Amino acid sequence: MRLLTHNMLSSNIKGVTNGFPLLIEAEKVVEKPVDFNPDFLRNIFPKIDWKALVAAARAVGYGELPDTADAAMLESDDFLRHLHHALLQLHLEEGALVCPETGRRFPVNKGIPNMLLHEDEV
Amino acid sequence: MKLKQLESLLGTLQQFSNPKIELEQYPTGPHIASRMLYTAENSFGDVTDKVVADFGCGCGTLGLAAALLGAEHVIGLDIDAQSIEIASTNAEDLELDMDFVQCDLRNLGWRGSIVDTVVMNPPFGTRRKGADMDFLSVALKIASQAVYSLHKTTTRDHVKRTALRDYNAKSAEVLCELRYDVPQLYKFHKKKEVDIAVDLWRFVPRGV
Repeated sequence: MRLLTHNMLSSNIKGVTNGFPLLIEAEKVVEKPVDFNPDFLRNIFPKIDWKALVAAARAVGYGELPDTADAAMLESDDFLRHLHHALLQLHLEEGALVCPETGRRFPVNKGIPNMLLHEDEV
Repeated sequence: MKLKQLESLLGTLQQFSNPKIELEQYPTGPHIASRMLYTAENSFGDVTDKVVADFGCGCGTLGLAAALLGAEHVIGLDIDAQSIEIASTNAEDLELDMDFVQCDLRNLGWRGSIVDTVVMNPPFGTRRKGADMDFLSVALKIASQAVYSLHKTTTRDHVKRTALRDYNAKSAEVLCELRYDVPQLYKFHKKKEVDIAVDLWRFVPRGV
């Protein structure tokens, strides 16, 4: 699972008011090369929850993203390459996503998070 | 990529080995899948360089078709782990990247408007009434540009009315009517193969 997908997923357990962002427990992280597409990055930047992305990247061991970011940074090739790497090339392969309110763990196996809820969580 | 080429690549994909009737698992054939995604890209520009979600992805046919047409990020969502496993193998065989999330779409937690386009071949709701409309309702909340979906032609008026009135769709348009081959997959199927008329829809969510 790419961190771009993580940037959209949220815990939807009954009673949880803010299930985003999910915390990441990383056991195995893999990198898969993707063609660099600066236009895509410029388009998607305003839709990204930046704080969640920075925290996710750090949780998988990637510290190159700045704490805050604004659109002016999209002029920088370095910044775009780091963003590209964080959003599209890093994959959480094994580990878990953890609900920020309840601590409930959603396991990630072979890169696939299992977000199914138990009966009493719906 | 040419339509013919897309169709023949999709024809190589592995399909359900033990389809589950309660989930109405029917494969999306390469003919329909290739036309659906080809139209989405060539008539509307909704695929290349976009973020695409495949709802109820099953073996991944529609999502992989999107990836073949140059979608930047594709996510397949399905409730069934076995289907996702097949889809994931299919992605590897084609050397394509596709993310998967195992979830029940009816209680999916989701943030933001990152997904541009949702493509889906939902359960038609013959086993559990309204299943296709549940999918559509969620799709129109998550997509920011367009939703492409298949529904039985006999439900056309209902689909249109509900999408516009209840699901906040700005427009709902039937792009074409297709024949959907239903192979003899399940024991209760008496005939060897039947085809049913389905509509290929394009919905535009409000707020675009």
